Amino acid sequence: MTRHFASGRRIALLVVAVVVLLFVAFLMFAHRPAIAEIAPPARGAFPETDIARGAALARMGNCTSCHTAKGGRPFAGGVPIATPFGTLHGTNITPDPVTGIGRWSEPAFARSMRQGVARDGSHLYPAFPYDHFSSLTDADLHGLYAFLMTRRPVHLEPPANRMIPPLGFRPLLAGWKLLFFRPARFTTDPGHDALWNRGKYLGDGIAHCGGCHSPRGVLGNEKTDQPYAGGWVDGWYAPPLDATSPAIRAWTADRLETYLRTGLSTTHAAAAGPMGAVAHNLSQVRDPDVRAIATYYADLMAKAPAARREPPLPDRADAAVRAHPEGAALYAGACAMCHEPGAPMVVAGRPVLPLGTQFHEHTPRDMIQTILQGVAPPVGAQGPYMPAYASTLSDTQVAQLVAYLQTRHGTVRWDDLEKEVARARKEGKP
Amino acid sequence: MTVPTRRDMLAGGGLVVFFALSGVAQAQGLSGGGEGGAGPKKVRPDLPGSLATEPRLNAWIRIAPDGEVIVFTGKAELGQGIRTALMQLAMDELDLADNSLTLISADTARTPDEGITAGSHSMQDSGTAILNAAANVRHRLLAEAARRWTVAPATLSTNAGTVRAPDGRSLGYGDLAAGLDLQVDAEPDMPRRPVAARRFIGRTVPRVDIHAKLTGGTAYVQDIKLPHMLHARVVRGPSDGTRLATVDHAAIARLPGIVKVVRDGNFTAILAEREWPVVQALHLLNRAGWQPTRPPLPQGDLATAIQRLPAQDRPILDRHDAPGTVPVREIAARYTRPYLMHGAIGPSCAVALFENGAMTVWTHSQGVYPLRKALAQLLALPVEQVRCIHSEGSGCYGHNGADDVAADAALAARAVPGRPVRMQWMREQEHGWEPLGPAMVTELSGALDANGRIVRWNHAVWSNPHNMRPSAAGDFLAGQEVLPPFPATPPKPIPQPEGGGDRNAVPLYAFPNAVVRHHFIPGMPLRTSALRGLGAHMNVFSIECFIDELAASARRDPVAFRLAHMDDPRAQAVIRTAADKFGWTRYRRQPWRSAGVAFARYKNLGAYCAIVLDVEIEPETGEAVVHRAVAAVDSGEVVNPGGIRNQIEGGIVQSLSWTRHEAVGFDAHRRTAFDWSEYPIARFVDVPRAVEVHLLDRRGAPFLGTGEAAQGPTAAAFANAVALATGKRIRAMPLSAGTIKAAIGDG
Amino acid sequence: MIELSVNGRTERVDADASTPLLYVLRDDLGLVAAKFGCGLGQCGACTVLVDDQPVFSCITSIAALPGRAITTVEGLGTPDKPGIVQRAFEMEQAAQCGYCIPGMIARAEALLRHSTTPSEDEMRTAMSPSLCRCGTHMRILRAVRRAASMRGGGVVDPAERVA
Ligand code: FES
Ligand code: FES
Repeated sequence: MTRHFASGRRIALLVVAVVVLLFVAFLMFAHRPAIAEIAPPARGAFPETDIARGAALARMGNCTSCHTAKGGRPFAGGVPIATPFGTLHGTNITPDPVTGIGRWSEPAFARSMRQGVARDGSHLYPAFPYDHFSSLTDADLHGLYAFLMTRRPVHLEPPANRMIPPLGFRPLLAGWKLLFFRPARFTTDPGHDALWNRGKYLGDGIAHCGGCHSPRGVLGNEKTDQPYAGGWVDGWYAPPLDATSPAIRAWTADRLETYLRTGLSTTHAAAAGPMGAVAHNLSQVRDPDVRAIATYYADLMAKAPAARREPPLPDRADAAVRAHPEGAALYAGACAMCHEPGAPMVVAGRPVLPLGTQFHEHTPRDMIQTILQGVAPPVGAQGPYMPAYASTLSDTQVAQLVAYLQTRHGTVRWDDLEKEVARARKEGKP
Repeated sequence: MTVPTRRDMLAGGGLVVFFALSGVAQAQGLSGGGEGGAGPKKVRPDLPGSLATEPRLNAWIRIAPDGEVIVFTGKAELGQGIRTALMQLAMDELDLADNSLTLISADTARTPDEGITAGSHSMQDSGTAILNAAANVRHRLLAEAARRWTVAPATLSTNAGTVRAPDGRSLGYGDLAAGLDLQVDAEPDMPRRPVAARRFIGRTVPRVDIHAKLTGGTAYVQDIKLPHMLHARVVRGPSDGTRLATVDHAAIARLPGIVKVVRDGNFTAILAEREWPVVQALHLLNRAGWQPTRPPLPQGDLATAIQRLPAQDRPILDRHDAPGTVPVREIAARYTRPYLMHGAIGPSCAVALFENGAMTVWTHSQGVYPLRKALAQLLALPVEQVRCIHSEGSGCYGHNGADDVAADAALAARAVPGRPVRMQWMREQEHGWEPLGPAMVTELSGALDANGRIVRWNHAVWSNPHNMRPSAAGDFLAGQEVLPPFPATPPKPIPQPEGGGDRNAVPLYAFPNAVVRHHFIPGMPLRTSALRGLGAHMNVFSIECFIDELAASARRDPVAFRLAHMDDPRAQAVIRTAADKFGWTRYRRQPWRSAGVAFARYKNLGAYCAIVLDVEIEPETGEAVVHRAVAAVDSGEVVNPGGIRNQIEGGIVQSLSWTRHEAVGFDAHRRTAFDWSEYPIARFVDVPRAVEVHLLDRRGAPFLGTGEAAQGPTAAAFANAVALATGKRIRAMPLSAGTIKAAIGDG
Repeated sequence: MIELSVNGRTERVDADASTPLLYVLRDDLGLVAAKFGCGLGQCGACTVLVDDQPVFSCITSIAALPGRAITTVEGLGTPDKPGIVQRAFEMEQAAQCGYCIPGMIARAEALLRHSTTPSEDEMRTAMSPSLCRCGTHMRILRAVRRAASMRGGGVVDPAERVA
């Protein structure tokens, strides 16, 4: 008994030792050194051209979406980012020496962008898309650094993250990186022209379009073998940007460029959900870069069905009324005033409903979110506006409305609409 | 029936003997009223305010046998609180008992013709008239009592609707009025009651119209509901300059719920028992598409396009008092303003009833008399057969769709005699068809001498007409749609001293040499007319920005620089007050945050107003936060301080909206702003954090119009603050976040 | 026939199910406080409460509303007995033309039912769907602050004090 116990204890000790050793080894593996703090660089240290280059990149990178809170100072962080693993908060990337990145040297900044490691050596969550940013050139990283280090410093500590235990333990991220993180390299594709290549560099890299438009695995990893096959973000579906694009009208470079720069395509629809901010940021970027991005993605979608043939827009009004009279009544009072062909908005040139890709996606999610959340341009700016119906319509009513719309204009069959509405409400909460 | 029952009772019960209409009809004048000084003819120029055009006392004040006093005004309540202010005057000057006063406003069958309610004239015109008429009537009441009691009038006094003798005898006004003939002209310079006796003037009295508005009591023409009333919509293209491609009248008439389709040439109105089917029918019709009705509009840079249009050049000021001054530095600047919209929250509406050959129109027009005249022509009715009754609408801020919709309603109602018709414009119709505030361009140049004083000043302004209010049938949209169409009145500039595009173009500052020119552009690519402040918004913006530019050039403090060039002591006082209350000298500029100041006396005739704004710019986005707005105002004698504050606060917020957010876009054929998404205005998230208004009360001084006084100074104060906060001078409105960001760059 | 609960009363309305609530309130029920401003959900002039939430009645078919509690400004108080928010608006004289005000009152009521201690920013954000063209915003905000105090709360960090 005693011996057994003794030997049992020895085995247990051995196991513990192995675990500890493995843990230490892991910690050593996961360890990244801190990079020494510097005195915040003077403004004059950066030439205007570098700052301007960084400014454009920051807009294409849509940095504000995660690093500028609603009503908060630009780049001061604090934006809650809901992930399946808990809630993160965008960090303060102003040059404040205490709460921001004011004491980060350029190598520290470059390491964070390329390896997802903060100046103090801690690993960064992959919600920060270093898997995309790793392809940025030194010159572009320098531009971004110049831009960020010349912003107004804001002293503001973002709220603490709330991750599901033990995911708050950052060294674990080294394991995630081991499994999924492959630093991106950009190489010019000689089969395409310079504009296309520029678009690929920007789109795959700083703009990290795949962050939303590519599917993710269970551990939040982007499935690199299915780039741009469609993904999920904040309870919205980001449709594919490849040959499986469900858009009912072709995405030509011209149309895409207009859409990206204005948030509105008269052959498609208005940018809704998280895409609204992307378009708003791109509206301030000089033309060739947006043109380049549009060229690249138009090419990726060049084999999509709509690129081959633009089908007539389905409008089965009578059948839809018969099948879903409740939805039809809601539509006539709530939606028709803006969306029917004779509505002033349509007369003025805004696209009709069935042009919207939402009608042709395999999931009703985007239509539901648009109905629940509406569409709003930034304060004081012109642009498509739609009121939110979240507090007006019940789940059943939204489902009735969606069923009506789908029967009338849709090209895909959706089921379990009421459940979808409930899920959309839950996941769409900011 | 929603018109206040007391009025009905008075009208129906015959308590009031209507004054003869003939005299009023003769006094018909050109439209324009206060706007251009072209209202009804002056028959007694020696009398103050509107007594000059309507001198008879009983046109203004009547006293019923029960002591009820009815005061009449030709001015309309537009949300500016005029009813309350006029009642305060009458209560005090007549010395009335509480609840014994009824005010009747703007009704062609009952009230004097006071032209248009515009140009911040109401207190000057109507307030002055009522005050002096009241002094006359009170004097006559005293005289009548003195006659009855055979005592000297000087021994008598009034108290709450009675005349009293020292021995305790008293007679009510109602008794006395029976023996009094008020069908007489007022006498000038009738002494007023002493200041000490006032109960209302100078005090913040709650507005009489607000209570109903807060509780859902019927308050607007939109809310009128008459028995057997039909709901109507007018059918038009999407904007000024278009018409619907084809209107299939027979098909509309067959739509469910449609009672009648009224058609005359290109004018079409749909009438139904219920509102919702008409709206749906309208949208069905819109599917037909539209076509342009005029040549393409100029495209490209708006300011350049405007300056290229044919213009009449009009010298406004040519002052050369000190030809010998030596300028050492000269600068020049060009400022621009886009087309702006009135953008009433409630689209225009009117109710019309054609009965027994007479047309009655309930309207929120600013000028019931000019409207009546033009409607009579449109309907081919004698003017006496048309009655226009003012009923409040949503705030209009000038000539919006109110008159047009009244014509639409009248044409529709004529087709269904005996049935009232409520004609309601849709949002896109208001956005697409209301006359716009004109786009404008100014070019200023100025020279400083060695002492940093302005020795030369040039100001040139280009503008479309600011006054296209209807004076004839062709001035209505419908008037040009019916067959045969009526000719539109050719545009005319409003002469100085009020001015239209050149309103406030003459600087109040004491510049020894100054030249001002007005380039009046009669041809209008877009439909324009009067918008609050007319040219003053742009001219004050230009002058007050340019003063700051000169001050910067001379390295002087903007407040001190203004005071140094200003001789008018009342102007100096408001500038000083605004600066002091703001704490101008203590204020420390911070990075991206600064204070801007501006001043104007509206039209150089109305209220004095100085504004200081504390503005912070977010350099990443160009977004502005107005932390604080401080205004100082001299409106002459203050009748209702709360009312003036309300007007100025509102003016500041509205002007900031115009100046920061607004521009009506257009393409080759039409306006592109069709709703609030394409024409954003201020929302709660971007109005100032705090607004203060300080009044300089000038007891006994004439009333000075206040309603438009804040528009120009606010715009300039904002631009000046932005210039100081960012180091960038932006001369083109709107100073939107995008414009400011573009000026700052990413540095 | 559709049955609606308006201001605590059951109303039977003979109108097409698609009819926006605004027209039913104004034309059928004689409740004219809610106003037509845009019919597009952009201005808030038509705002009423549905189950304590602010709703644009101009774009809400009555089909959506059976079984839900609709409250208009008429239901918040009468001319003789105005409700708290109405009194606060009156005390602040928060109106110029007043056309937007019933919508503002309904929206403020919804905000205060949710919280009587909103922050200044929360208050402004909550009121933002409603437009006012007269520029009465400062007074409306003062009235909401006052109403919050009258309901035993108060706006946290008010930009201006309620006198
Ligand atoms: S009228 Fe409903 S939001 Fe404008
Ligand atoms: S008070 Fe006139 S629109 Fe708000």
